[in-house]
Amino acid sequence: MKKFTFEEKIDTRSGFGVGLVEAGRLNSNVVGLCADLIGSLKMGDFIKEFPDRFFQVGIAEANMIGLAAGLTIGGKIPYTGTFANFSTGRVFDQIRQSVSYSEKNVKICASHAGLTLGEDGATHQILEDIGMMKMLPHMVVINPCDFNQTKAATIAIANHFGPVYLRFGRPAVPNFTPKDQKFEIGKALLLNEGADVSIFATGHMVWEAIKAGEILEQKGIDAEIINIHTIKPLDTAAILKSVQKTKCAVSAEEHQISGGLGESIAQVLARNYPLPLEIVAVNDTFGESGTPDQLMEKYGLTANDIVKAAMKVVERKAAMKTLSV
Amino acid sequence: MLIENVEKTTTVEELKKIASQVRRDIVRMVHCCSSGHPGGSLGCADYLVALYFREMKHNTQFNMDGISEDLFFLSNGHISPLWYSVLSRAGYFPASELGTFRKLNSRLQGHPATEEHLPGIRIASGSLGQGLSVAVGAAQAKKLNKDNRLVYVLMGDGEQQEGQVWEALMYAAHHKVDNIIAAVDYNGQQIDGPCDKVMSLGNLKAKYESFGWRVLECAEGNKMEVVTETIQKAKSLTGQGQPIAILLKTEMGYGVDYMMGSHKWHGAAPNDEQLAKALAQLEETLGDY
Ligand SMILES: Cc1ncc(C[n+]2csc(CCOP(=O)(O)OP(=O)(O)O)c2C)c(N)n1
Repeated sequence: MKKFTFEEKIDTRSGFGVGLVEAGRLNSNVVGLCADLIGSLKMGDFIKEFPDRFFQVGIAEANMIGLAAGLTIGGKIPYTGTFANFSTGRVFDQIRQSVSYSEKNVKICASHAGLTLGEDGATHQILEDIGMMKMLPHMVVINPCDFNQTKAATIAIANHFGPVYLRFGRPAVPNFTPKDQKFEIGKALLLNEGADVSIFATGHMVWEAIKAGEILEQKGIDAEIINIHTIKPLDTAAILKSVQKTKCAVSAEEHQISGGLGESIAQVLARNYPLPLEIVAVNDTFGESGTPDQLMEKYGLTANDIVKAAMKVVERKAAMKTLSV
Repeated sequence: MLIENVEKTTTVEELKKIASQVRRDIVRMVHCCSSGHPGGSLGCADYLVALYFREMKHNTQFNMDGISEDLFFLSNGHISPLWYSVLSRAGYFPASELGTFRKLNSRLQGHPATEEHLPGIRIASGSLGQGLSVAVGAAQAKKLNKDNRLVYVLMGDGEQQEGQVWEALMYAAHHKVDNIIAAVDYNGQQIDGPCDKVMSLGNLKAKYESFGWRVLECAEGNKMEVVTETIQKAKSLTGQGQPIAILLKTEMGYGVDYMMGSHKWHGAAPNDEQLAKALAQLEETLGDY
């Protein structure tokens, strides 16, 4: 198992903040909008550098989505910022009609996604956003895993014409991917080559997958670990290439079991290459208040949960072999 | 063709003739597909004809960004037959295409859309309440681009019941978006009946004003002279730090006697007999499609 190290833990939303400034420097059409959450979204530096290219919308997310759609007419590239819940569920119809159906070049940037938002509880912990966004035609859905990758993704999406949902989080997490990486939308990243099981992880769960790989190694299981930072368009080729070798798979995400990455992978496998698959995700329930670590533990989103799932699919694979013999 | 400052060439009489043809198009379109919304379409015909044939500077060689052009957004997307007719008669696409309205594989979707790339349409609408936000965003893009043309948007009065409209109103005044002219089709009707019965709008003028807008009342939104005058007045008030609204008093179904005076023709199509009766009241001026 390849060794992964990190110098610091830092939040992915800060990667967004730094990336937005950089995107603003690279392209004068980049503009920012925020619905009274500048500090939480780390948009302060962008506003300082480009005061005329920022619009405070107040607590009016529906209006923010419409404004962003309008700003694209005339060539602007608007980045909207609010919590993931208010970026999606609250404004689904606005996104559907004014952004996605109208194919507008809007970047919906969503912080505090998932359980790791923590103490604010289930009203704020959206676990359905990937599902809502990936169902929309034209929409690109990205869930980077750490600070460096979020920064790179934030810069890269300015160069993709069309609607994008960029999902990131609140807590400080290991920053382990390369500093000035190039971000390629839709390209899965092979983190560790392995022969026994494919682990496809997204967002905060990528680090958990790496830890799981180390535990599995001790158990004699050689895990292939792939970072699926783009859930849509999904890198089907990379997924199939991996499972054709390993013959079983685990997915891991901080999202409901319905509608997320696991479901997308299940579809790819069912249609192309049916194999044992376990989906590590929240199992059709709401979250609650607690620290991020406590919540990830309680709702089954840790390295150990990935390990258990991996052992299960490896066993199922062995059973299938015996059957066919 | 860039239509610019045509006020010199298009007289009010000519505008009226165009509006008559547009009304014929509307009833024929909704009759042809046995669906659609003639009521609001007929009521707003004079306003849209005035904009597209005289008051707006716009380019029928359609370009999405619309730099250096005035832009129009239709928030009450259900009156699409009117918009399609006006766009085609203005030269955006052949009038013959109006016959495909609401039919399979048409660019003329039931509600306006960009997916089929119909020239003249910049955003989808139909789900009410969103168009003002979009128009305000487009107006701010114009400011960023140092483009001094205007953005027009039309909404329904029933549509004013959507909360997002008030979010956008508050925002536009706060940010001094003074290059926008937002009109409300103040026909007093919506699907379930008169707005006053369904959900009273109260004193809409006072509400807009208290939100920081400059409001013009157009008491005769179906009289071309008054409509053009109101638009010119609205234009003269732009650029003064305040967004401009027009409360456009129209009659739903205007031009077809049996469609007027009620909400019943908001979203119902005439049968053959009713169509004949309607067409008998509307002069064919530019040739039916
Ligand atoms: C968000 C939303 N809710 C409901 C509808 C269904 N609907 C279509 S038109 C309409 C009435 C609109 O009334 P008004 O804005 O006054 O337009 P008019 O009837 O005068 O044409 C309704 C409720 C819709 N299109 N969008």
